[in-house]
Amino acid sequence: MASLPQILTANRLRDGDVVYWRGGSWVTSLADAEVFSDDAAAEAVLKAADAFVKGREVVNPYLFDVKIEASGVRPVKEREIIRAAGPTVRLDLGKQSTRHV
Amino acid sequence: MYRYDEFDARFVKERVAQFRYQVERRLSGELTEDEFKPLRLMNGLYLQLHAYMLRIAVPYGTLSARQLRMLAHIARKYDKGYGHFTTRQNIQFNWPKLVDVPDILEDLATVEMHALQTSGNCIRNVTADHFAGAAADEIEDPRPLAEIIRQWSTLHPEFAYLPRKFKIAVGGAEHDRAALKFHDVAIEIVKNAAGETGYRVYAGGGMGRTPYVGHVVGDFVAKSDILAFLEAVMRVYNQSGRRDNIYKARIKILVNSLGLEETRRQIEHEFAEIRASRTLEVPQEEIARITDYFAPPAFEALENPSPEFEAARNADANFCAWSDVNLATHRAPGYAIVTISLKPIGGVPGDASHEQLDALADLMDTFGLAEIRVSHEQNLVLPHVRKKDLPAIHARLAELGLATPNAGLVTDIIACPGLDYCDLANARSIPIAQRLSERFADLKRQRDIGELKIKISGCINACGHHHAGHIGILGVDKKGVEFYQLQLGGSGAEDASIGEILGPGFGEHEIVDAVERVVDTYLEKREGSERFLDTVRRVGLEPFKERAYAGWAYHI
Repeated sequence: MASLPQILTANRLRDGDVVYWRGGSWVTSLADAEVFSDDAAAEAVLKAADAFVKGREVVNPYLFDVKIEASGVRPVKEREIIRAAGPTVRLDLGKQSTRHV
Repeated sequence: MYRYDEFDARFVKERVAQFRYQVERRLSGELTEDEFKPLRLMNGLYLQLHAYMLRIAVPYGTLSARQLRMLAHIARKYDKGYGHFTTRQNIQFNWPKLVDVPDILEDLATVEMHALQTSGNCIRNVTADHFAGAAADEIEDPRPLAEIIRQWSTLHPEFAYLPRKFKIAVGGAEHDRAALKFHDVAIEIVKNAAGETGYRVYAGGGMGRTPYVGHVVGDFVAKSDILAFLEAVMRVYNQSGRRDNIYKARIKILVNSLGLEETRRQIEHEFAEIRASRTLEVPQEEIARITDYFAPPAFEALENPSPEFEAARNADANFCAWSDVNLATHRAPGYAIVTISLKPIGGVPGDASHEQLDALADLMDTFGLAEIRVSHEQNLVLPHVRKKDLPAIHARLAELGLATPNAGLVTDIIACPGLDYCDLANARSIPIAQRLSERFADLKRQRDIGELKIKISGCINACGHHHAGHIGILGVDKKGVEFYQLQLGGSGAEDASIGEILGPGFGEHEIVDAVERVVDTYLEKREGSERFLDTVRRVGLEPFKERAYAGWAYHI
C-alpha cells in the first residue's frame, strides 16, 4: 500500500508555536509547508531537523500524514487540523486568527 | 487566608530564580529538551498542541482579590486574555512563551502563588471542599489539614521519586463535594461515637483508564497522627508501587492487587513504626497556628430571613431563579454561599476573561469578601456573602456574564480542554459541552430535570471526570474520527460510583441527540422527586440503552 504524503512539524522552542518544514527552514503556516510524497525524503528531512533541535530552534519534530485536496493539503488526523488552525472553540485564537481570507 | 511565612517566601523566590537560570541554560543549549523537560514540569509548564501551557496551583482552591487581579494581569500581559479553571482547582494559561515564564512565576510569587506540584510524579496540589469554612453541614474546615499536608509533602525527599503522580483531597462535611473517593488518598473529617473529631482515610481511588472507588484504610486517625499515617501510606506505595509500567503505577493498582486487608496490614505496620518514633507527630500548637489562618470572617448578626433578599426575589424573576439554584446554605444565619457559574450557555466550561477576573476582584473589595474559591466543577464560589448584598452582587455578575443560574443542573457541565488544546486528547470535549448546553438551555426544562452532572473527557486519562458523571462522556478516536462513548450512573459524591458504558460510541453529530434521549427516558421513568442518578440505579441501563440506540442498525 502506498503511503500518504507527509509534512514535517515541530514546536518552536522559545514560544512553543507550531512550525512546519519548508526547504531547510521553518514556516508557521501549514499552507506553506513542504509536502513529501516519498518516505525516504520525509525520513531524510526528519533527520535533518535534528540540527535545528540541537540548535535550540525547535523541539519535538515529527512527520504526519496529509491528503492533497482541491483546496490544498489536509492533515489526516483531527489533531493536526486543529494544531494548524487553533482551537475550534475560539476562532479568534491561534493561526486561524491571523489568516488572510 | 494562609500567609507565607519567611520559609515559604524564600523557598518560592529561590525556585523562581532557579527556573530562570534553567530556562537560560535551555535557551543557550546547556540543557537539552530531555534534561529540561522534568525541570519545566516541576514548575507546571507543559508543551501542548498550540503552545506551552502553564498550570498554576490554587492551594485548596482559595484565592484573594489580590491574587485574582494577578491572574488577570498574567492573562493580559503574557497570555491571550483568559485563563481556564481546571477540575483540580488550578488555573491554566494556554499560550505563555517559554521566555516569559520566569517573569510570570516572579509576578505570581509577589502574591504568594506558584506553579509547584501541578505536574510530575509528586504529591500534587492538595484539593479541598470548595465550600470549606462556610457550609452548614461541615464538621471542620478541611483547609488547615490541606496546608499541613502541603508543608509536609513539598520538599519531602522520599516523595521526590514516586512511581507516579499522587493526588490528595480533603473534605470536612457530610456531603462530599471534593470527589474524595476518586483520589489516590483522601481524608474525610469525621466525628467518632465519643464526639471527638478525627480523620477517615481512603486510599486507592482514581479515574483514568482503570477507575476505582477508594477504600477506607484508616477508620479514625487521631489529628496529631495524620502525617504519620499518610507517610505510612506513602511508604507502602513507594516500596511496592509499580515503576515498570506507567499504566499500572498509581496506588489504586497496588491497593487492588494487594487487596484491602493486606494493604491495611502493611500501612498499619509502617504506621506503628513511625508513630512510635514520634517524629511526625503534629504539635497541637502548630495545628492551632495554621487553623488560625483559615478562621472565617467575623459574622455579623444579620436579619434572617433578609428583607432585602426576599424583596428582590419577589421583584426580579431572574434574581429569584438564580438564587433558587446558585446559593447554598451557609453555617451563619443571614449569609449564603454563592456559586458563580463559569458555564454560560454555549460557553467554554471553566474559562474566565481577564476583565471578568479583575471585575470579580473589584466586587470582592466592594462587598468586603476576602476569599473566592475555585471548585473542581470548574466554577467559582463566594463563600461568605451577606444575603442582603445578594441583589447587588447578582446584578453585577449579570453584567459580567457570570450569573447563569445553572449550578448543579444539566448545563453545569465539566469538560477537560480536550483536543482543542491538549496534546494527550483523542477527541474534542468543549464543543460537545457547548452543544449540550445549548440543547438544554431552557431553564424551566433544566429545573424540571433537576440535579444532573454531565462530565466529559477527551481521552482515557479522565481529566473531565467522566467516570464520575451521572452522565459521563468519553471522546475516542476511531481511525481519525471523533466518537463519544456514553456512561451512566457515576457519582463523585459520598455515594461514589463508576459509570457503566452504555454501548458503542456516537458520532460528533449524534451524541447530543443521544444524551437528550437518555434524559427523556429518565423523565418518563422517574418516580417522585428521584434524581437522574437514582432512576438509573433503580431501573438499570436497559431502558436507557434501548432509547439511546433506537433505530440503530447495529443495536445491541
